[in-house]
Amino acid sequence: MSVQPAIRVRGLVKSYGGVEAVRGIDFDVLPGEVFGLLGPNGAGKTTTVEILEGYRPRDAGEVSVLGVDPWRGSSEHRERIGVVLQHSELPATLSVREVHRMFAGYYRAPRAVDEVIELVGLEDKADARVKTLSGGQKRRLDLGVALVGDPELVFLDEPTTGFDPSARRTAWDLVRSLRSLGKTILLTTHYLDEAQQLADRVAVIRAGELIRIGTPRELIADAPQVEIRYREDGREVVLSTDEPTRVLAELTGRALAAGRELEGLEVRRATLEDVYLGLVDEERG
Amino acid sequence: MTIFVHELRNQQRVFWRNKESAVFIFVFPPMLFLLLGAVYDGDIDGVPAVDRLLVGILGYGCANTALAGLAITLVLRREAGILKRLRATPLPPATYIAAVLASTLLVFALQMAATVALGLVLYDANAPESWAALVPVLLLGAIAFAGLGVGLASLIRSAEGASAVVNLVVLPMAFLSGSFGSTGGYPAFLQAISDVLPLTYLIDLVEAAYIRGETLVDDPRAVAVLVGWGLAGLLVATKRFGWEPRER
Repeated sequence: MSVQPAIRVRGLVKSYGGVEAVRGIDFDVLPGEVFGLLGPNGAGKTTTVEILEGYRPRDAGEVSVLGVDPWRGSSEHRERIGVVLQHSELPATLSVREVHRMFAGYYRAPRAVDEVIELVGLEDKADARVKTLSGGQKRRLDLGVALVGDPELVFLDEPTTGFDPSARRTAWDLVRSLRSLGKTILLTTHYLDEAQQLADRVAVIRAGELIRIGTPRELIADAPQVEIRYREDGREVVLSTDEPTRVLAELTGRALAAGRELEGLEVRRATLEDVYLGLVDEERG
Repeated sequence: MTIFVHELRNQQRVFWRNKESAVFIFVFPPMLFLLLGAVYDGDIDGVPAVDRLLVGILGYGCANTALAGLAITLVLRREAGILKRLRATPLPPATYIAAVLASTLLVFALQMAATVALGLVLYDANAPESWAALVPVLLLGAIAFAGLGVGLASLIRSAEGASAVVNLVVLPMAFLSGSFGSTGGYPAFLQAISDVLPLTYLIDLVEAAYIRGETLVDDPRAVAVLVGWGLAGLLVATKRFGWEPRER
C-alpha cells in the first residue's frame, strides 16, 4: 500500500520579474516526516515554502498540500496547517497568553493555550508582553502560535536564524518533540547541521534547482570522504578522494622517489560543511 | 459570527493597550476641542462659536479616526508581517476587515460622545438639535473616511512614512475644511480646494444635523460627494491593497 504524501511538488516553477526563483523542482514529503529544504540565501527556499503555504501562485507545475492546491486553499484547509514565517511580528502590547488566545480563537478545535505555552517553554513568560521578549523567546512564540490550532502539517521557515547556539539546541528539541507528536514538518534552513540534526530527509536547493535529495547520511555518503592538502612549489594543492589510501601511497611514493618533502601535508575527513559547500558550489567549481 | 466577535475583541484590546495610538487617535480631537474652545467666543457664521467648533471637531475626529488612525494602523501591521501571518490562519480576510472597521467605528462613537459631553459640561454648548439626524451623518462619514483610509494605506510604502504621509493629508484637509473655524474669510484659491474635500461636505452635513436637525436626505449633493470619495478609496484599495510587507 502506498502512502499518500502530505506534500507533493512536481515541476514547480516561479519567476519574479523575469528572474526564475524556482526552476522546476520535484519532491514529496511523507506524513509524519521532518523534511528539510537546505540551501544558501536566495536559493528559492522561501519562495517554495510560500507557494506551499498558499501565499503566492506558481507559474507552472503541480503542488498539493494535504491533498489541496494551496493557492486555492480555504479556511478549512488552513485549519490543518501551522506556519512560522521567516519574518513576522505579533501584537507587541499583548501578553504571550493573549496572543495564543487570539490565534486559538481562529480555529475550530484549538489546543489548550496553557499546554501550548508550556510546550514551547514560555510558561514563565505567559503574562509578559510580547515587546519584552528576547529574539529567541519571540521565535518560540511564533512556534506556539503556529501550533495552537493543532495542525497536521507545520511549515518552519528558517526557525533558528539569528539564534545563539544554546537557543538553537532548545529549538531543535522542540522540533523533535513535534515530530514525536506525529506532525509533518517542512523546515527550511541554511544551516547544514540543523538539517542533519532534525530532518529525516533533506533536499538541497541551489539557484532554484533541487540538486540532491536523500537522508542526511546518504548526502554525506555521496561526497568525497577525505581531503588531502599539501604545498608544491609554494602552491596549495587540495585533493578530494574516496580512496585516500591509494592516493596517499602514490603521492608519498612519488615524493620519496624524487627525494622531496610534501610540505604542509594534511589529511582530514570532509566535514558536513565541506559536503554542503561542495554541493552548492558544484557548478561554479 | 463568533469569530467576528472574537476578532472585534482582539482589535479593541490591541487598540486600547497601545497607549501611543490610543492617545493620538482617541484623545487628540477632544483635546483640540478643549484648547480651541477655551479661546473661541461669540458667533461663527451666525452660530454660537462653541457649537460651530464642536461640529468642526466631530468632522475632524472622523477624519482622524477613520482615515488617519485606520491607515496608519493597517500600514504598521502590514509592514510588521502581522497581516501576512493572519492570512495563514482560518480567519477569513473579510471577517478581519469587518472587525477592524467595526472596532474603528466603536472608537469613533466613544470619541464623539466624549467630545459632545465635554462641550455640554465645560463650555455650555447646545445639545444636538436631533440625534436621529446626527448619528447617520457620522456613520456615513466614518464609513466614507474608512474607505479613504484603506485606500491611503494601500498607497503608503513604509511604516516610517505612514504617520508623516497621513498627517500631511489629514491636517491640511481639516484646516481647509473648516474643522477649526469658519473658512468664510479664506482666499478664493483655498476655498476652491476646500470645495472638493470630503471633510468640507461632512462638516456641512454635521452642522445641518447638529444645529438645524436636518437629515442626509436634505443634502443629497454632500452625501454623493462623500460616497464618491469613499468609493474612490475602496477602488484604490481593491487595486493596490496588500497583506504582505512592501519593504525588504
